[in-house]
Amino acid sequence: MSSREAGPAGAPGTRSRRRIGDPTRRTPWPLVPPAAVAVVFLLLPLAGLLVRTPWADLPRLLADPAAWAALRVSLTTATVATAISLVVGVPLAWVLARARFPGRRLLRALVTLPLVLPPVVGGVALLFALGRRGVVGQYLDQWFGITLPFTTAGVVLAETFVAMPFLIVTVEGAFRSSDLGLEETAATLGSRPFATFRRVTLPLVAPSLLAGAVLCWARALGEFGATITFAGNLPGVTQTMPLAVYQALERDPQAAIALSLVLLAVSITVLVLLRERWLRPGAAL
Amino acid sequence: MGGSPGLAADVVVERGAFRLEAAIAVAPGQVLAVLGPNGAGKTTLLRTLAGLGALAEGVITVAGRTWDDARAGVFVPAAERGVGLVFQDYRLFPHLTVLDNVAFAARARGAARRIARRDAAGWLDQLGAGALAGRRPAELSGGQAQRVALARALASDPALLLLDEPLAALDARTRLAVRSELRAHLTGFAGPTVLVTHDPLEAMVLADRIVVLEGGRVVQQGAPAEVARRPATDYVAHLMGLNLYAGELVPGPGQAVALDGGGTLYAAGHGDQGADGDRDAPIGVGGRVLVVVAPSAISLHPREPVAGSPRNTWTGVVAGLELLTDRVRVAVVGTPPALVDVTPAAVAELHLAPGQRVWLTVKATEVVAYAG
Repeated sequence: MSSREAGPAGAPGTRSRRRIGDPTRRTPWPLVPPAAVAVVFLLLPLAGLLVRTPWADLPRLLADPAAWAALRVSLTTATVATAISLVVGVPLAWVLARARFPGRRLLRALVTLPLVLPPVVGGVALLFALGRRGVVGQYLDQWFGITLPFTTAGVVLAETFVAMPFLIVTVEGAFRSSDLGLEETAATLGSRPFATFRRVTLPLVAPSLLAGAVLCWARALGEFGATITFAGNLPGVTQTMPLAVYQALERDPQAAIALSLVLLAVSITVLVLLRERWLRPGAAL
Repeated sequence: MGGSPGLAADVVVERGAFRLEAAIAVAPGQVLAVLGPNGAGKTTLLRTLAGLGALAEGVITVAGRTWDDARAGVFVPAAERGVGLVFQDYRLFPHLTVLDNVAFAARARGAARRIARRDAAGWLDQLGAGALAGRRPAELSGGQAQRVALARALASDPALLLLDEPLAALDARTRLAVRSELRAHLTGFAGPTVLVTHDPLEAMVLADRIVVLEGGRVVQQGAPAEVARRPATDYVAHLMGLNLYAGELVPGPGQAVALDGGGTLYAAGHGDQGADGDRDAPIGVGGRVLVVVAPSAISLHPREPVAGSPRNTWTGVVAGLELLTDRVRVAVVGTPPALVDVTPAAVAELHLAPGQRVWLTVKATEVVAYAG
């Protein structure tokens, strides 16, 4: 390991000599400038947002009922999309991680395609599949009278389509690397496969499950392209916060800043809550 | 085979080039130790008994029930077998308390949480681990985790108890305490027990019978004392700390054995007449025999000894010295080679050092020959 004697002395009195000579702690200097550029680039826009915030007008801007309607649509649709993703995405993640069948790699590539697909393309695809004249949508319309585009349900579908792969990828990795020995142990104790899944496998991947759900929720909350393409931009029905921000930007930039701040606050709140409540290392789940 | 009240297993498992072929039988209440080096197939045998792997050929029956029958196409999954398996690394569920770990089997079978926990608390008390009930596995010491793992296995009311290197993960001092404790608990278990270990002492202390597995084959089986006294292979002899030689009876006084590696050893009479004297049916000249000599029975001399009572005298060169707790084990290369135990004082007096020529003597009464 590190030798305390090796290497020249650091700045006298300022640095602990313990770290001297540990090669894993020394930052290669060519990495520093680009890292600094990245920091500036990521923080500058947020700073700009805060600098330009019309703090005095904020109460008036936030009192706008349209803003609250958009927030309500955003929060409910993102939450429902996350719930749907959990119910069908977690089983799929297990299948992808553990089941052995031909074409598994292809299936994984296909279901995670929305990760790299431009969301607008996803919206167009949804329209042609589930729209009123779509491959499946026409029957939904004819037989059941169900129309999905330009409804709140349509927003949920668009968000689920784009966000679920984030959950699947995260949870699949956890299933893949979870301890099979514990599942064997459960079997020797008389536990059937589904009971083992429920009582051993799932609790053990809980941190990843939570991380995946948060990623999924955040992605759904920020969804724009697929939503506007498939569900439109009807205030109170399909207008989510990102759509409201975009629309406000053309009409009333101050309102756009206020709405953006709300989204920023929601994101930070979720992040902080999760860190405090569940993401502490070793936290009981 | 189907009517056996205990465990009867005729196991053939293939894993690539490795083939495990072993037949074992354990009566209810008996403990069988499967002793063998790493890679001998011990764990594979255990996993097959537990239902975590299937037989390629053969049959496993426990208490009259067939668990696996390759030819008849019977395979009972692990979850339906009722085995209590204590893994080497214990494998306690990290997300459950000790109490819920022990209650797991009952819960898996549909018992109400309250009842399962009450029974689990009873088992923990019985194993002297009642105070640990509320802890998480991460908060347990090795010895405590071992106890909890055993409680969890016993609480599942198993038809067969399986222990995989139960003491291997413990430090030396804990091992001593847990070993005697484990012996008591195993005695209290009414069903058959199979214990896998590479530690001969563990096998001696815990088991009623020993099966020695090497390279996927059973090379020896018998009562612990018998295996200890009459090792059948170099591996077992090495474990027991004995010198083992294979050879052939030749005409001569008493029992003269011409060793395969060269040299001759004289044994007095017919070996020892142990409890299993019938094994000692007289071996005729030309018969294959094994010869054991304890390292403590051999004496070392700096010069060729002049006329003495020991019948066996030969010479060799010291190859190495190893300090055991209270003596020094000297490896001597000669015909035959031998391990010799001497006191540290003797090492100093004789100036024993690698490369030095010595003479070895051993009395014929200390040389035991038996059919190999």
